[in-house]
Amino acid sequence: MANSEKPKSFQEIILRLQSYWGAQGCAILQPYDMEVGAGTFHPATTLRALGSKPWAAAYVQPSRRPTDGRYGENPNRLQHYYQYQVLIKPSPPDLQELYLGSLAAIGIDMEIHDIRFVEDDWESPTLGAWGLGWEVWCDGMEVSQFTYFQQVGGHDCRPVSGELTYGLERLAMYVLGIDHVMDMPFNAPDAPIALTYGDVFRQTEEEYSRWNFDVADTEVLFRHFEDAEAECRRILAEAEVDPKTGKLIVMAHPAYDQCIKASHLFNLLDARGVISVTERQAYIGRVRALAKACADAFVTTEAAGSAA
Amino acid sequence: MPDLLIELLSEEIPARMQARATADLKRLVTDGLVEAGLTYAHAEAFATPRRLAMAVEGLSAESPSKREERKGPRVDAPEKALEGFLRSTGLTREQLEERETPKGAVWFAMIETPGRSADEIVAEVLVKTVRNFPWPKSMRWGAGGLRWVRPLHSILCVLTEGEETRIVDVEVDGLRASDTTYGHRFMAPEPFRVAGFDDYQAKLKASKVILPTEERAEAIWHDATQAAFARGLEVIEDKGLLAEVAGLVEWPVVLMGEIDTAYLDLPAEVLQTSMREHQKFFSAKDTSGRITGFVTVANRETADHGATILAGNRKVLAARLADAKFFWENDLRVAKEGMGLWQDALEAVTFHGRLGTQAERIRRIAALASEVATKVDASGEETEIAALIAKADLPSEMVYEFPELQGIMGEYYAKAAGHSDSVAAVAREHYHPLGPSDEAPSAPLSVAVALADKIDTLTGFWAVDEKPTGSKDPFALRRAALGVIRILLENGIRLRLDRFIDAQLVRHKATLIDPISEEEVEELIGEIAEHGVFGAAFRTVKERLGDIISEGLLEMGERVPDASDHLLTFFHERLKVYLRDRDVRHDVIDACLAMPNADDLTLLVARAEALSAFLGTEDGENLHLGFKRAHNLLRQAEEKDGVEYSFGPEAKLAETDEERALFAALDAAETRIAPAMAEEDFDATMAAMAGLRQPIDIFFDAVQINTENAILRRNRLNLLHRISEICLSVADLTRIEG
Repeated sequence: MANSEKPKSFQEIILRLQSYWGAQGCAILQPYDMEVGAGTFHPATTLRALGSKPWAAAYVQPSRRPTDGRYGENPNRLQHYYQYQVLIKPSPPDLQELYLGSLAAIGIDMEIHDIRFVEDDWESPTLGAWGLGWEVWCDGMEVSQFTYFQQVGGHDCRPVSGELTYGLERLAMYVLGIDHVMDMPFNAPDAPIALTYGDVFRQTEEEYSRWNFDVADTEVLFRHFEDAEAECRRILAEAEVDPKTGKLIVMAHPAYDQCIKASHLFNLLDARGVISVTERQAYIGRVRALAKACADAFVTTEAAGSAA
Repeated sequence: MPDLLIELLSEEIPARMQARATADLKRLVTDGLVEAGLTYAHAEAFATPRRLAMAVEGLSAESPSKREERKGPRVDAPEKALEGFLRSTGLTREQLEERETPKGAVWFAMIETPGRSADEIVAEVLVKTVRNFPWPKSMRWGAGGLRWVRPLHSILCVLTEGEETRIVDVEVDGLRASDTTYGHRFMAPEPFRVAGFDDYQAKLKASKVILPTEERAEAIWHDATQAAFARGLEVIEDKGLLAEVAGLVEWPVVLMGEIDTAYLDLPAEVLQTSMREHQKFFSAKDTSGRITGFVTVANRETADHGATILAGNRKVLAARLADAKFFWENDLRVAKEGMGLWQDALEAVTFHGRLGTQAERIRRIAALASEVATKVDASGEETEIAALIAKADLPSEMVYEFPELQGIMGEYYAKAAGHSDSVAAVAREHYHPLGPSDEAPSAPLSVAVALADKIDTLTGFWAVDEKPTGSKDPFALRRAALGVIRILLENGIRLRLDRFIDAQLVRHKATLIDPISEEEVEELIGEIAEHGVFGAAFRTVKERLGDIISEGLLEMGERVPDASDHLLTFFHERLKVYLRDRDVRHDVIDACLAMPNADDLTLLVARAEALSAFLGTEDGENLHLGFKRAHNLLRQAEEKDGVEYSFGPEAKLAETDEERALFAALDAAETRIAPAMAEEDFDATMAAMAGLRQPIDIFFDAVQINTENAILRRNRLNLLHRISEICLSVADLTRIEG
């Protein structure tokens, strides 16, 4: 699998990861079509980590962290970036080796680099989730997060999923030897129309940084938060049997969409600096309660391996 | 006598858990073996990032067999009773023995428990150990139910006797023990078989794994200091970091690099903290003390001798230091504008739910600090300024990123804001002493603010009744009290603690109690400064205000004295613990606590040390006995006669030379003791006391107290009273034990 040629662009690294994890038997999914803070929020991770049904998926997830916006000026901070996410349930015994294989696939030569698994337990207060694992260091640089999920949405994970998260920009900058993210070749540098990361994203980083920090209408955001929360609750309160089709249809995913919305709206409000320290905990608790309710609903469905 | 070798190979074990795990493994296995009847000569446990291992030498091959006799029911007992007995012993009726006893014929059973092989016992102990291992945090993985710190991959468990090595037949959750393990994850991943511990350790080393943690740590330290020396640098010692790094690598390879010159003007503490916290790098300084280099420890050798690894690490470091520089420059901008932005920010930061914001706390500390200043030769005005800025760095970006730099950054920023070096130093020094090995501040300004800070914290938590209980001390109040004690004693500061405790309790209560007017509080604090104690101050204010006194102030009058007494007792308890380590007994301190001004800890300790030294001499020991004899005789007589013998003896009634000599000695001692005590010259006091020992001893040998002559008896009892009284004027010797 290892490709002895070094990758030359951001997209080549993504393509190599896709083909590597595809070859390991993962379903290569597409990004979730909603604004999320991390690849973990994709229902292919959050919900599929629940229940007994085996699962193996990998995908790129565009992620938004409004507070990290730096108007495209910081060499490695962005309010919009890509994560590469792998989730396999149950976690295979050779997951570490599989992971190291993926590094080799994108041109990291284990013979000259120093790869380390450094304790880093993962916790998502908004998802009511936690797991144990490491941040993986390559020559002192954190290149991935490696987690064995123990709980999601307040439910014990049985079996346990293994989750890998790669911060793609940072990893690619390292592999390609680039110092400023905006200088990174997005497509092949020798393509007829060669594009850098900056060509694609510098302007949007500026626009969103301005909007996130100063322009977003906080009243509207607060209102949308309330709406998403209410809608999530309303969906889950519906009868499990659909009166129209007579089928058992628990709407865990539509409800979860509202939870994702609430979570992102909270992030935006946080970036606008309108949430105080004490309120912050309360908002996180509200999102967590939604995540928990969605998880409760999901585990009763067929996708979770429920006998129903 | 077989030797046992166990290895549990897993995915990477957090460095901070390895030392505990080693001790736990050793304890659980050896306890289990011994409990099952085995003995062993020596046991040792090891940890690397991927394995826990244990070697037991000279294990007994089997546990001894046991014979046990058990008494059953009477032979004529109902059949049911006999059936129960047979079930419980696992025997048949034919195997029982019928014996005559005074209570009639009874069934007896002989139960033989054969010895068990070491193999069987080891297997059992290992399963139990793995299943019950006390990891601080453990996890499940895959579809299994076993918990371990990270996924457990293989178990090696062998017994070696001479040339023969056999695998112990044991399985935990589908992992069957073998005699095979693996070397370094990257440098020697192939499996290999081992025969015994020596073979195991040797083959591991050949496979690029150093088993003992200490050996890895020593190798790191040795290579790091060598590499630094070669560049004319010195590695800054950091034991905690060394232990952590030794737990992150199986095959340490030290690499040394230089810090990009763009970052060399960052404060040394920032460089060191950033490198340690983020990168686990050691810092290296040049001869002038400037940090210019770093040491990183890789987990492997490479064909390019670490060049790629070092380049990568340098790059990551540059990004981190760029962040640090960004914080530093932003902070300096705020500092140069007088730190007002931070002081505003502190108005919005809660210190504690019931103790207000950080800004309120700082103002309280400043008020107290300027009162303390007069006692420590500091300018009140300067002290107040220093106290007001001492915690200004808390909202700075650097302290947000590295909380452990609080105070250190404060000093840099205070200087940048234009404050004098001595005012700026208070920001750093007022947090000290942080632990027993940390120095207490000695500069007057720092002393005043450090005392005020700690007293404010203590009185605050006393005011809201969140005192430490048992092992629970979440706000580190014991450390704060010990800090006050050390600052006072080590600087020989004389002050009455009561007054400051009371003043600060009043300040706290003023915000907690409603309604109360600011004027009342100010007046009360003013009177405390005047009178030195709360009670008299309160009475004065109460009289002055008469009927218009607020309910809040009355409530304060009830609450403050109890809290104050309790807190002073807490100080005295901490002082006893502190002095115990300096060989001053607690009963000696108790004897001195009864003397006036016991809230002046420096005075109290001077008294206690002098008394302690005196009681350690022959004179002191005997004088104490003489005092006890006089005191006891007197008490018995007073109890019997129902009168107090406190009239003062008359010298003219003395009958014997011994009696007259005692009179003279008491007169002489008294004329020396009173002025010495007044001057707090406790050595002179004790010397005067020593002069009493011989006359008292001789007096007791020669003179009978309870004579027939009532007048003489009364005079002698009055004489005993005088002995007792003089001794008690020095310390409450009745508290001395033994």
